[in-house]
Amino acid sequence: MDTLYFLQHYWWALVSLLGAILVFLLFVQGMQSLLLMTARTDTEKDTVAKYAGHKWEITFTTLVTFGGAAFASFPLFYSTSFGGAYWLWICILLLFVIQAVSFEYRKAAGNLVGTRTFEIFLFLNGSMGTFLLGVAVGTFFTGGAFIVDKGAITDIASPAISRWTNPWHGIDAMADPFNWLMGITVFLAARTLGLMYLLTKPECGDFAAKCRKSMSVSAPAFVLCFAALAVWIMLRTGYGVDTSDGSIYPEQYKYLHNMIECPWIAAMLLIGTVTVITGLVRHFMERGYKSNFYITGSGTVLAVWAILLCAGFNDTAYYVSTADIRDSLTIYNSSSSLFTLKVMAYVSAAIPFVIAYIAWAWKKLR
Amino acid sequence: MDLSNLIGLSRLQFAVTAAYHWLFVPLTLGLGFIIAIMELKYYRSGDEFWKRTTRFWMKLFAINFAIGVATGIILEFEFGTNWSNYSWFVGDIFGAPLAIEGIFAFFMESTFFAVMYFGWDKVGKKAHLVSTWLTAIGTNLSAVWILIANSWMQYPVGMEFNPDTARSEMTDFWAIVTSPVATNKFLHSVTNGYVLASIVVIAVSSWFLLKKREQELAHKSIRIASVFGGISLAVLIFTGDGSAYNVAKVQPMKLAAMEGLYEGSENAPLVAFGILNPDKDIMGTEGENEDPYLFDISFPNMLSLLATRKTDGFVPGINDIIRGGYEFTDREGNTSVQPSFERKKAMGTAAVNALAGYREARAAGDTAAMRSAEETLKENFDYFGYHYIEKAEDTVPDVPLVFYAFHLMVALGMFFIILFILFIATEWKNRLENHRWLLWTGIAAVPLVYICSQAGWIVAEAGRQPWTIQGLLPVNAAVSGISPGNVLTTLIILLVLFTALLCVELSIMFKQIKKGA
Repeated sequence: MDTLYFLQHYWWALVSLLGAILVFLLFVQGMQSLLLMTARTDTEKDTVAKYAGHKWEITFTTLVTFGGAAFASFPLFYSTSFGGAYWLWICILLLFVIQAVSFEYRKAAGNLVGTRTFEIFLFLNGSMGTFLLGVAVGTFFTGGAFIVDKGAITDIASPAISRWTNPWHGIDAMADPFNWLMGITVFLAARTLGLMYLLTKPECGDFAAKCRKSMSVSAPAFVLCFAALAVWIMLRTGYGVDTSDGSIYPEQYKYLHNMIECPWIAAMLLIGTVTVITGLVRHFMERGYKSNFYITGSGTVLAVWAILLCAGFNDTAYYVSTADIRDSLTIYNSSSSLFTLKVMAYVSAAIPFVIAYIAWAWKKLR
Repeated sequence: MDLSNLIGLSRLQFAVTAAYHWLFVPLTLGLGFIIAIMELKYYRSGDEFWKRTTRFWMKLFAINFAIGVATGIILEFEFGTNWSNYSWFVGDIFGAPLAIEGIFAFFMESTFFAVMYFGWDKVGKKAHLVSTWLTAIGTNLSAVWILIANSWMQYPVGMEFNPDTARSEMTDFWAIVTSPVATNKFLHSVTNGYVLASIVVIAVSSWFLLKKREQELAHKSIRIASVFGGISLAVLIFTGDGSAYNVAKVQPMKLAAMEGLYEGSENAPLVAFGILNPDKDIMGTEGENEDPYLFDISFPNMLSLLATRKTDGFVPGINDIIRGGYEFTDREGNTSVQPSFERKKAMGTAAVNALAGYREARAAGDTAAMRSAEETLKENFDYFGYHYIEKAEDTVPDVPLVFYAFHLMVALGMFFIILFILFIATEWKNRLENHRWLLWTGIAAVPLVYICSQAGWIVAEAGRQPWTIQGLLPVNAAVSGISPGNVLTTLIILLVLFTALLCVELSIMFKQIKKGA
């Protein structure tokens, strides 16, 4: 196997894994989304802030590392998507900026704008932040209205190599119902996991009853949306790439074909889905206690990882240009050079060590 | 900076974000180690006083850390949102340090920060101490990688341009990581953080002494901070000299702007204090014959010594760099006669045209034409970016901004030397309370050290203009293809949000300080 080919797949797999772990870690945002509606009393809000506040930085860091890894391994995606879908990403970033200060400042003396302001910030990050992240992930299947012309760098009057072809700059992603469904699914996944995490805490007391009630709505809605999303992905027309000449072509049921041609991805999705459902069923049957959160969480990672792999593997355009499909991004035409991917691959050997100390800290701060 | 266009607005947005981020980062860099030293004292002595002291400073660290994280995320993604051409042109090189920063540093600091802050009763004493040290190391590791990336923008090494992909690609990772500019910049920037944090600790402690509160905490904190800050300041000054030397070798135009030097000379004097003549301008303009300064006090030969390590070395001025024709020895020791701006622009245009020709030849399958175009591109690539520069004056940074920022930074640095000496001397003689003026001076030093720190970055970044990547990619070729209205809107949002958050942060900090340990 060609080394560059292998490394492009390796890095897509790694960035996808980071994305999948990020979706799991959004359980922090899921907890925050309870703040204004479900957690109403001060004690309930403090409980949410306490448990989300102990973990928010890992989620935040994963998001930042996801951005850094995407920049390093697929710079053309970073350049095209961030520079083009400007408002979508700026909104996401602003929602994370207001989260970063809110835990520390919420009840601090002298915070000038009151506790409720920071609770609203946390709620917005927990609800809108997760939804918009989902919308952004949805564009891996629906694409964006961009054009790429690397030759433009030689044009002194207009050297930008990628441009968005409409003035909406990413807000147009909201016009696609598929992206809405992806956004809602990610929000519901985060909320369900957040509720499950809170329910692992005996200190929740009376608030646990409210969480269970909320779970009875959130979890079935999540499963339904997830099922609808999976079916929709399988039935969608995707875009394949002809590796002999790099040309892009539409292919009906492309993602279904990807699953059939890469059965290991299908198996990951299946196992992930079953694991998610197992965790939820165990929860509603009141079997197990702390483990259900981790069961559903690991299933979420596996399922989301499979979906993201399906978006880029098997010669698939992972970021389709709706303005000109010839400009669509694939892992072949958007990756870094062989040298950089190799350097980064050596760096990635440290990831298990990073995971080990995060696991240690997680266990200690449970 | 022209704020009516996309480039000016994009630059201002990035400058605002970076300036706000750098308000919080240096305190994190330095306070992390000061806290770690205090906790080490607690670990060794078991004295609850040190635990209380550590926790007091840790609280301030946490308040500052949160807003540093908040402003940092925008900065990382702005490379993509506002400088998308840049992100493609150098993403193959620049992205790697950012990813490594995430994997190695961000996870380390955020994970161990959580253990440090929330884990007093959840992990053992030793594990807690290690977590505190790892938080400090993590924040500094983060600085390593982002400063490597920034240094590469000032001094692009370890890369070559690939005409097939129309971007620069990494060829030597270690050349980038171990670049002398990067090493020096890292040491200069982190020690700046240590000095800033030390002065903040001294100022807060001074306030306690003036109020006759928390006196033991104040005295012992001043002892640690003044020694830590004093040592850091010595390294800061040493690396400041290294920075100036590096600038002279890799960004001579920046050095000329720092000194307001229009006409270069041998035995060039260093301006200790000066007021620029606002009518002075570059060659070929009305102000070309004006004196550069209305008033100046200069040290003879010192600029030559700083820039060339010889008192009689030639230091080129702004006009020399535009005019060319002088001998220049670069960072690698290669001496050559420098081309004029017109020649550089012609070579840049030849390189860009060769790239266009290469791509056309490739599309036509003409391998001979491809080879020829590639050779022309290689020959002229060092000046690739000059193609996008319209006229010579566009290669000159904002001289007053860079000049005054540089001299203010140096003057404040000198003031801090005296300040640290005075604090060390009086504290060790137990006479600090007798010198209330010194305690007030310590408090007044806080805004000054922040101004000094910001001034350093203004010199580094405004002095690099018009380049994002020195000589290769100017700002007008690096910016995203978006409309100015979009950037103006986000600029206003960020300005309002960051200013509001800063006010909140300061208010919380002051309350926390008033509350005491």
